Amino acid sequence: MTVKINKLDRRRKTADRASPLSLRERARVREGSFTKAVSAIVWKDLRAEFRSYELISSMLVFSLLVILIFNFALELDIKTRQSVTAGVLWATFAFAGTLGLNRSMAIEKDRGCLDGLLLAPVDRSAIYFGKFISNLVFMLIVEAIVLPVYSVLYNTNLFQPGLLMVILLGSIGYTAVGTLLAAMSVQTRTRDVLLPILLLPVVLPLIIAAVQASNTILAGNEFSEITSWFNLLIAYDIILTAVAFMLFDYILED
Amino acid sequence: MITVKKLVKRFGLKTVLRGVDFEVQPGEFVALLGPNGAGKTTFLRILATLSRPSLGEVNIAGYKLPHEAAQIRARLGVVSHLPLLYGDLSAEENLRFYARMYGISNYELRITEILEMVGLETRRRDLVRAFSRGMQQRLAIGRAVLHDPDVMLFDEPYTGLDQDASSMLDDVLKTVAAEGRTVVMTSHDLARAENLATRFDILSRGIIAASATRKQMKKSNLLTFYKQALAG
Repeated sequence: MTVKINKLDRRRKTADRASPLSLRERARVREGSFTKAVSAIVWKDLRAEFRSYELISSMLVFSLLVILIFNFALELDIKTRQSVTAGVLWATFAFAGTLGLNRSMAIEKDRGCLDGLLLAPVDRSAIYFGKFISNLVFMLIVEAIVLPVYSVLYNTNLFQPGLLMVILLGSIGYTAVGTLLAAMSVQTRTRDVLLPILLLPVVLPLIIAAVQASNTILAGNEFSEITSWFNLLIAYDIILTAVAFMLFDYILED
Repeated sequence: MITVKKLVKRFGLKTVLRGVDFEVQPGEFVALLGPNGAGKTTFLRILATLSRPSLGEVNIAGYKLPHEAAQIRARLGVVSHLPLLYGDLSAEENLRFYARMYGISNYELRITEILEMVGLETRRRDLVRAFSRGMQQRLAIGRAVLHDPDVMLFDEPYTGLDQDASSMLDDVLKTVAAEGRTVVMTSHDLARAENLATRFDILSRGIIAASATRKQMKKSNLLTFYKQALAG
């Protein structure tokens, strides 16, 4: 490619002399590397988000409203509260996550930026992994804020290593599938409605495993009792990430 | 530089392109004209590797679609009526992001060079959402030439631009073409296409209905040629 640009420069020599592009030879294009493309997408998403706070703020406000509504609507005693904690938490994360995934892909679609990404000379799975990591970071940030608020409102200690690990694994699986399906639904007119309809049935096994594992941990049981749920979460994450990696290219084509 | 043979594109039961044959020599500036629904954007999206052909052969810069799409994309710059830029990033941040996606080394120098070329050097740190439509389109052209592509594809680049912005875009397009790049541009604006292009192809009902170079065009004007092609 370097040789090619030099040839091109010779052909353009006359036009170039007075042109501000006379430094062109300093630009060297090659097929972009996978990791550089992934890190560029993550950098771009974080930079844009920490300037506008559009995505995180909407997820956060939604999450806080949900746990507040549950708190006042249920008015439960301490024991019952503990038994519903996992369900309330995962319902909150799942719905807030849908909001974030929709918004994250809508940003790419609205100004044609998705085409801009697809035009880059990189493997398209790099786009998937870039968006997946960004979405996961946004989801984890929201969860990191929601957990202490929930702990105070429901008077429950959620800062247990086992529970945090389950939340991390659940979030990885949810975002892995969500990023793929959001890329699919964003190309339709009914994207806001379509994503939860597509996503929630697919993540149902993950949510069930996460709720069961969280419940067991919050009840103070031994780790050995959640091994099967824990293994299911890990298997789901690996399998669904691999499936998403293989399908992403096909989903984005006309 | 670009060779297309018997290209067919179907969306379900609807056939948009019905066996397009198209060839562009290196350094040519081809204006692809035609009425709404003729298939211009679909054709350009296939050349841009954004859409997969149903049938036929597409060869760009010696690489075949769809198997060598990544190599083609490295040699391709695309400008559409949408800017393909992030509103919450500044002009230089947008270019920095695309430079990293294209694997350009020493991109800070290249970004300065591009911003000077499109006349946005003084606005480099401003957010793109604060730019006028014309400024966004100039930056979009800067983004498209960032990796020094051999082939440029413009899909209705004048859409939504006022008179001043269109004139400025004319100058940027002339600069891009004068550097020896191969350019294919779709447009509804016959006057602008006549001013810029070296060859005119009319796409109608999914096929190239007529083709003429600027020299051949001297006998008649583009509007007459266009009307005759659509009538025939």
